[in-house]
Amino acid sequence: MKFFFKFKKNYIALAGLLIIIFYLLISIIGIFWTPYDPTEMNYNEILQPPSIKHPLGTDEFGRDILSRIMWGSRISILISFTATLIASLLGVTLGVISGFWGGKLDNFLMRIVDILFSFPPLLLAIFIMGILGEKTYNVIIAIGIVYTPQFARLVRAGVLSIKNLDFIQSAFAIGGGKIHILFKHIFPNILVPIIVQISLCLSLGILLESALSFLGLGVQPPYPSWGNMLSGARRFMLVAPWTAIFPGLAIVLLVLGFNLLGDGLRDLLDPRLRNIR
Amino acid sequence: MGRYILKRLISIIPVLFGVSILVFFLVRLIPGSALELFLGTQVEATPEQMEELKRIFGEDKPIPILYFEWLSRIIKGDFGYSLRTSRPILPDILHRLPLSLELTLFSLFFSIIIGIPLGILSSLKQNPIIDILIRLIGLLGLSLPQFWLATLFVILFSSFEGLIPMGNFIPFSKNPLLNIKMLFLPSLAIGLGLGAVVMRFTRNSILEVLQMDYIKTAKAKGLSQRVVLFKHALRNALLPVVTILGFNAGYLLGGAIVIEEVFALPGMGRLALYAIFQRDYPLLQGIVLIISFLFVLINLSTDILYAFIDPRIRYE
Repeated sequence: MKFFFKFKKNYIALAGLLIIIFYLLISIIGIFWTPYDPTEMNYNEILQPPSIKHPLGTDEFGRDILSRIMWGSRISILISFTATLIASLLGVTLGVISGFWGGKLDNFLMRIVDILFSFPPLLLAIFIMGILGEKTYNVIIAIGIVYTPQFARLVRAGVLSIKNLDFIQSAFAIGGGKIHILFKHIFPNILVPIIVQISLCLSLGILLESALSFLGLGVQPPYPSWGNMLSGARRFMLVAPWTAIFPGLAIVLLVLGFNLLGDGLRDLLDPRLRNIR
Repeated sequence: MGRYILKRLISIIPVLFGVSILVFFLVRLIPGSALELFLGTQVEATPEQMEELKRIFGEDKPIPILYFEWLSRIIKGDFGYSLRTSRPILPDILHRLPLSLELTLFSLFFSIIIGIPLGILSSLKQNPIIDILIRLIGLLGLSLPQFWLATLFVILFSSFEGLIPMGNFIPFSKNPLLNIKMLFLPSLAIGLGLGAVVMRFTRNSILEVLQMDYIKTAKAKGLSQRVVLFKHALRNALLPVVTILGFNAGYLLGGAIVIEEVFALPGMGRLALYAIFQRDYPLLQGIVLIISFLFVLINLSTDILYAFIDPRIRYE
């Protein structure tokens, strides 16, 4: 409850949350209703500028851009959420195993993490897409793998810094089991950085998905995603700039939402940063 | 210092080894061997002919042995031949390296001249409205997809001759001025987003340093804010910024793929993309290997540079 009141006062986090809720609503509405069919072509209305009939204009096949953005929001959000879920589950598990049990296994796992960190993220993602093939569910796997190491390293560092503190040692001393101590004592203390990382990962996931789709490696036409809409718009952007401007704005605003939320949460939850901000 | 460098150099060997294993085996996961891809769909080969071909290409051995043969060739600088053009791979990749390096350097330059002054400026005034405004600008910079920014640049500057290098890239050695003009917008598109990162980092770092005791001492002595900031705080505050710049330099070598694509620049990233669409796996292996090798090397140099500037690191 105390957290809730503090959250309400943190305008940065609040603004981020509102933007995200707005997008969730748009994508849910998009499941049931869009102004036009997002994949239906209409050759009588090619590259129409924004008007009352088509608030954001139409693309090179006469498809309504607003409908496509609404439809695409579902794909982008779904991919980013599931990829983040995979990355966080996998990364947290690896990090906990590494940090809590330690030893040879820790050494082995951290070398794997080092190896994954040796690839620039976008390159690793397109490499994985090249191997798995250009399917929507492969985008989720690729993004999930790319952002797993971040979680693993973060959680491992968190576990290590807490493991040897007195209160954990005394929990062991009074006979607490490993699993009990892990969930009751260690986890609550590393939750903050994990939550902040999740919101960061969601924003990076949206950006990475749109970059992959833009390059033609992600969501495939005719299904709209913000990235492939931008890629389609490239040939016409000089005569019809709205085809390139609006899908990009859609990306920027949602990513900004996640970043605002993450940044706000960081101040709110991390007392060490509270006074310097 | 020498010992530190040696220690770090040794520590990257297992990582590079692991990278090569990953790159080799992931490509082997692709259904349909490279040989079948090489033959294409037009040619039908009988199983006997396939065996014969495998023997000729040296593909009939167990995979671990194939890996070590491949690795020893790579170490000698033989990256094999492209499946599509039949040209040796390494020269084709190295040919594109200068452009990628240039793009990286220019982008870093922009991010520094944008990020550091803004970071300093924003740390000076601690006023709630300016505070939130600066944070919003910083976060907005983080949220802009590079390729969209690049696309907007193309729309905005399409009428200016030569600023948009569509398809006719001119190397630095031929015409330096034209070359720089062509790379101006692509690097600005990267540098703006990166500048936001640098700004946030600089600002946080300065605010953190300003709370330290030696700064309080300097203030207590009656030094002006300017002297405290520029003579005392900035030196220490800019240290972590070096790390973030180094990390991004490595990232940009392979990460500028989308920018190269928008501006049709023949860099390494676009070659990787070409390799994927053409199913040219030896070429893809080669590029991924070289970019990640450079990435590791740049991160290592950043660490060493950091240890050079900050003696505390060396003795840890």
